[in-house]
Amino acid sequence: MSSKLNVINPGPTKAKDRFFDRKGEIPTEYFKDQLFDLEAKGEIIVHRIEEGNYVEVDTKYGRKKKIPIQNTWHHKSCGQCGHIPGYSTSIFWLHRQLGYNYYDPKDQTSCTAWNYYASSASNSAAQAAIAIRNFAQAYQDGYFPLIHCGTSYGHYKETRNEILHHQGLRDQVRRILDKLGKPLVFPEEIVHYSEWVHAMRDEIKARQKLDLSNVVVTVHPACHYHKLVVEDAIYDRDLYDGQRTATVSGIVKALGADLQDYSTWHDCCGFGFRHILVSRDFSRSFATLRKIERMKEEANPDVVITHDTGCVTTLDKSQFAAKAHNRNVGIPVLSDSQFAALAMGAHPYKVCQLHWHGVDNKPLMEKMGIDHEKAWAEFEEQVERIKSGEIEFLSWEDAE
Amino acid sequence: MMGSIYADAKYQDVPVEEKERLFQEVKADMRWHTTLYGCYECGICVASCPSARFYDFSPRVYAQVMAREDVHTFYELLNDSMWDCSQCFSCTRCPRQNNPGGIITIMREVAVKNGLQSAKTALQAYSRIIYKVMSTGTQVAPDMLQPDFFPDWGPDVVKVSENLDSWRRAIPPETLHTTELAWDVSEQTQLELYLIWKLSGNLDIIETLDEGIFMILSEVMEELLEEHGYDLDEVEVII
Repeated sequence: MSSKLNVINPGPTKAKDRFFDRKGEIPTEYFKDQLFDLEAKGEIIVHRIEEGNYVEVDTKYGRKKKIPIQNTWHHKSCGQCGHIPGYSTSIFWLHRQLGYNYYDPKDQTSCTAWNYYASSASNSAAQAAIAIRNFAQAYQDGYFPLIHCGTSYGHYKETRNEILHHQGLRDQVRRILDKLGKPLVFPEEIVHYSEWVHAMRDEIKARQKLDLSNVVVTVHPACHYHKLVVEDAIYDRDLYDGQRTATVSGIVKALGADLQDYSTWHDCCGFGFRHILVSRDFSRSFATLRKIERMKEEANPDVVITHDTGCVTTLDKSQFAAKAHNRNVGIPVLSDSQFAALAMGAHPYKVCQLHWHGVDNKPLMEKMGIDHEKAWAEFEEQVERIKSGEIEFLSWEDAE
Repeated sequence: MMGSIYADAKYQDVPVEEKERLFQEVKADMRWHTTLYGCYECGICVASCPSARFYDFSPRVYAQVMAREDVHTFYELLNDSMWDCSQCFSCTRCPRQNNPGGIITIMREVAVKNGLQSAKTALQAYSRIIYKVMSTGTQVAPDMLQPDFFPDWGPDVVKVSENLDSWRRAIPPETLHTTELAWDVSEQTQLELYLIWKLSGNLDIIETLDEGIFMILSEVMEELLEEHGYDLDEVEVII
């Protein structure tokens, strides 16, 4: 028997009207349950973000994460400071422009994860002790840690899981820290600087000076940001329907740039730790064939924006040799902090230090409305003052 | 213990007991239990893996070999392809929640700790970095940017190296006015770093891996520790 139903097919819901509302339980444990439990037992000190000094954001499964606004202890990145100094300088510059207090410590080491992900010439106790020595120092200095490096951020979150779950490791680390005269402290949140940029995007937009509406941007999300301890990365229902991290794309959209997608967004940049130093043929091949050329073909962007040290380095520096082979490359690569700082009128050389980058970024600056010739002359004038001994260093006042 | 299921298996001369010992050392690591839950053989990890595109390398093989406890193939992976992994953790896209990159992290540590020749060879060109990280607490130093080390990074490296001192001083944050370190690390912090290397047994790992680096590192550490009233030999490993 057949029947005819009088159903009007409404068609599929438009993407803009679609929203996936998670009803089930969150599939991952919440680290704060163990963190505060250990604090209650007197095992650790939890370094809290001051009340009224944070913005709340959503993470992958809808939990809230606190992002401190100011009074932050800047856990610098060796790759940024060493080879891309405009990266970290731009982070500090943004804080200064927004009027937020911060501390740039000398009593900080890197996470030393080069000896974890690259050479494995370390062990869990040493790695955890390094992390907590830095956290204890921040606590004693009275500032909340803000991590500049994506790898340090991911590594510290993995270390947090190990510390919270393994009494033996906690005991080992405590014995080491006792010898240093430092307490066993863990911050309430592990926060990456790009999460701060994301949380501050409306304030940055409010101070924007350049029109970026004709600047086409592709984003490379850093692996160690969103693939390690995945549930702690920022997601936003208004960006990619909440199906991809919102960090970086959020600030690009807020600044009104033309954010474009490409098919290999999830791929790594090719950094590989060991590889970028001793097997660069691999890093270069992956970065150009799987990332830069795909972006070129699918979006033809004016710039790639990313948020980790290794990603800027690999995507930028790999293009020179590929260009020599007539590959379809030639996209400048900047960090979100540099892009945001430029949008707010930062000096491209005194602050953003773009002369440390490999790919020619002058066409990008022209599109952004920056007079790079004038800016370079201003920078060289300052360098001459340094060389002549008139000044010892370029000060913030000179740069601002 | 049966032999390898592969007729052309390598390392047949290595006693199975030795392979089993190293395998058990990997499994005894506290991180092991959160790295492997089984394998659907779907290949998502391989499709996500950058190393799989350019090397004879497969994260799926690691999950499967470890799950079926094939110590012979494990020993091959431990010595042959393990160092090709990029440690990007794209493989954590696994629908079974496996972490092949995490398995490899543990395997690498076991290889280094046991002083395997394959690990020494893989890290031969890397010893300078190990020394830099452990002696200064930072790795990527501005003075690494030399054209003979990075000839493939283009003419900008030449410009940076020629202007290194003045360009470093033309960066506003005062912690970055350095050329040999990524930033200015205080002496007290370096001292604490050295104590961590010694107390945690990390220095012993370096002695097993590379005696030359161990000697140089010990000398540098001794000097600073002595200035502050410590005797390196008397600081005992406490873990």
